[in-house]
Amino acid sequence: MAARQDASAADRPAFDLAAAVKDAGFAALVMLGLSVPILALRSDQNMSNQLVLAQRWDSVVLACVLVFFGRIAVAWLRRGKAAAPSKPFVLPPVLARTGPPAALAFVVAYPLLMLALNGPLGSIKWIDNFGIQILIYIMLGWGLNIVVGLAGLLDLGYVAFYAVGAYSYALIATQVIPATYPDLGLWAFWICLPISGILAGLWGIILGFPVLRLRGDYLAIVTLAFGEIIRLVLINWVEFSGGYAGISSIPRPSFFGIPFNASDIGFAAVFGLEFSPIYRTIFLFYVILILALLTAAISVRLRRLPVGRAWEALREDEIACRSLGINTTNTKLTAFAIGAMFGGFAGCFFAARQGFISPESFVFLESAQILAIVVLGGMGSLAGVVIAAILLVGGIEILRELDFLKQVFGPDFDATQYRMLIFGLAMVLMMLWKPRGLISTREPSIVHRERKAISGSLVKEGHG
Amino acid sequence: MTAPLLSLHHLSMRFGGLLAVNDVSFDVRRGEITALIGPNGAGKTTVFNCITGFYKPTEGMIALTHEDGTRFLLERLPDYRINEKARVARTFQNIRLFQGMTVLENLLVAQHNPLMAASGWTVLGVLGIGGYRRREQEAVDKAVAWLERIGLVDRADDPAGDLPYGDQRRLEIARAMCTDPVLLCLDEPAAGLNPRESLELNALLRSVRDRDGTSVLLIEHDMSVVMEISDHVVVLDYGIKIADGAPDEIRNDPKVIAAYLGVEDEEVAAVEAEVGA
Repeated sequence: MAARQDASAADRPAFDLAAAVKDAGFAALVMLGLSVPILALRSDQNMSNQLVLAQRWDSVVLACVLVFFGRIAVAWLRRGKAAAPSKPFVLPPVLARTGPPAALAFVVAYPLLMLALNGPLGSIKWIDNFGIQILIYIMLGWGLNIVVGLAGLLDLGYVAFYAVGAYSYALIATQVIPATYPDLGLWAFWICLPISGILAGLWGIILGFPVLRLRGDYLAIVTLAFGEIIRLVLINWVEFSGGYAGISSIPRPSFFGIPFNASDIGFAAVFGLEFSPIYRTIFLFYVILILALLTAAISVRLRRLPVGRAWEALREDEIACRSLGINTTNTKLTAFAIGAMFGGFAGCFFAARQGFISPESFVFLESAQILAIVVLGGMGSLAGVVIAAILLVGGIEILRELDFLKQVFGPDFDATQYRMLIFGLAMVLMMLWKPRGLISTREPSIVHRERKAISGSLVKEGHG
Repeated sequence: MTAPLLSLHHLSMRFGGLLAVNDVSFDVRRGEITALIGPNGAGKTTVFNCITGFYKPTEGMIALTHEDGTRFLLERLPDYRINEKARVARTFQNIRLFQGMTVLENLLVAQHNPLMAASGWTVLGVLGIGGYRRREQEAVDKAVAWLERIGLVDRADDPAGDLPYGDQRRLEIARAMCTDPVLLCLDEPAAGLNPRESLELNALLRSVRDRDGTSVLLIEHDMSVVMEISDHVVVLDYGIKIADGAPDEIRNDPKVIAAYLGVEDEEVAAVEAEVGA
């Protein structure tokens, strides 16, 4: 086998044009079949509000030609390396050692850097839409990584715990605290943060119990349903959650008791600064940064503790775990509970940052996006989650900034409308080139003599 | 005389219309290697799965007695408790290692329960309080000692799935032994081993019996292993125990020979009548 691969690498077979053309012709034919109903005919309204069919045969031809030549190009690029085994990607040691501290230093300096570059008003967008948004997803990705990446339990309803955290904070801060201890109003965020996490963790256990016996597809369906149930309850139980209207004027976090407002006791006045909304944004950035780093630190620690090894063992082989005296019920429940707890923390932060929440923020698409971040990053890899979150969340945000595209495609062009298309394309490319995620090696949790990365092909994905 | 380590009383296991194990009783004595043999489909693995809790027997009692007299009824314990409390460990016919984890990690997962207690059920471990580091080092030392015994210490940091077949078999035994069992149940440990590896396995199993004081119950088809190392042999055929005794007796037992080599139907009846089954 190995000898044959060497031989094929040594004398690359000549590019078989006839086969490539045949293959490309077939692909173009498939494209034609697909594009006639989708691209060629478009229903439009004319001036008198009648539906008319607009015909766009030029786009069909363009699409088929693109597919035809694209397919030939793919065949050309792939010539002679059909059976080459992919080597596990390993960071060079220098980068592996200096990379994380450098990235951390950059993130810590990021708001100040933006402030220096764009001024107080111009930098809000960069710190809030990019920094905070990406950090929230990194934190959610790290939380879900415990359930999906380590324990191998496919959870499609993770957003439910995010919602539990957000609504816990919103309800306690707007209803419970003003009614009982109004003096604590400024501390609401700091009091509710642990409560939200604990409540979400409890819901994790509540979800965990019924799904313990389920595996694979069945587990995925039940967790998906759980996410929807939470959302539907929030929509329909109007007295409790405000229904579609959501909950507004949620108290914003204070700087440990000092509010961010223009009053005399506000943050700017106390510290002798000129009032600006940017301080709160910067403060929120550091809060979510610390929360995310806490998630990472705890994840790293858990992996080296017996419970973390039991999670990974569970992903590898549940029956062997039971034969070694591991209580698989408790092990799965702790994975669900701890993953959910981090989702709850993130939800609490989300509610405090937005000041307004509604069930619209907790749709299935959010779960799918968080899961996509974990899967794209490489199951179980913390660094992979970071890269994937930057690509997916930051990438979509950056689409809004690409004004030059308007000059190319006309003033009505809105790149964000294509985000699902890009999202899907990214997933397809991933499946082709890196089926085990961007970082597809597993780090051992303990080393005897020499640290060796474990190829993803040996690591199981879990059975549900 | 003290109670035997493990005694099966009238064990039956029914799957729908199939009676896989039919009223089987035998003892596994302390400090001995007991072999459970029989033709394919005789119900050996079913007996194993009943002992280790993966099946709940339809009828019968499985009693395990520790040296201090504590008695466990295995059919009443959930599977993970059988390892944790009754200290019965097992291996599998088709090796079940954690392939994506390193050899060392495999042996640490086996020490889950003591390490879990040492890490304060995770709470203290996350906070870094308590003596977890020291306990973990002890666990690593124990794992390395086992790796030295099975000759795999150089491969401690390699993923278990990368090991050759024979090494995986030995690693699975070491992993089971890391749970400090009083009874080690091996499901076809010599399957797929070459003659040299088979001899090494014999030596390993003897050292498990003599050095660790762990009794062994094994299912095996390789008669060279069975006759060489076992102190006691139990023979099953079609879910029924047909013989029970020292290897030499078993070797010459006409019923066993009949079960393995096959005889004419009338002859079976004659032999059964003779033995009184």
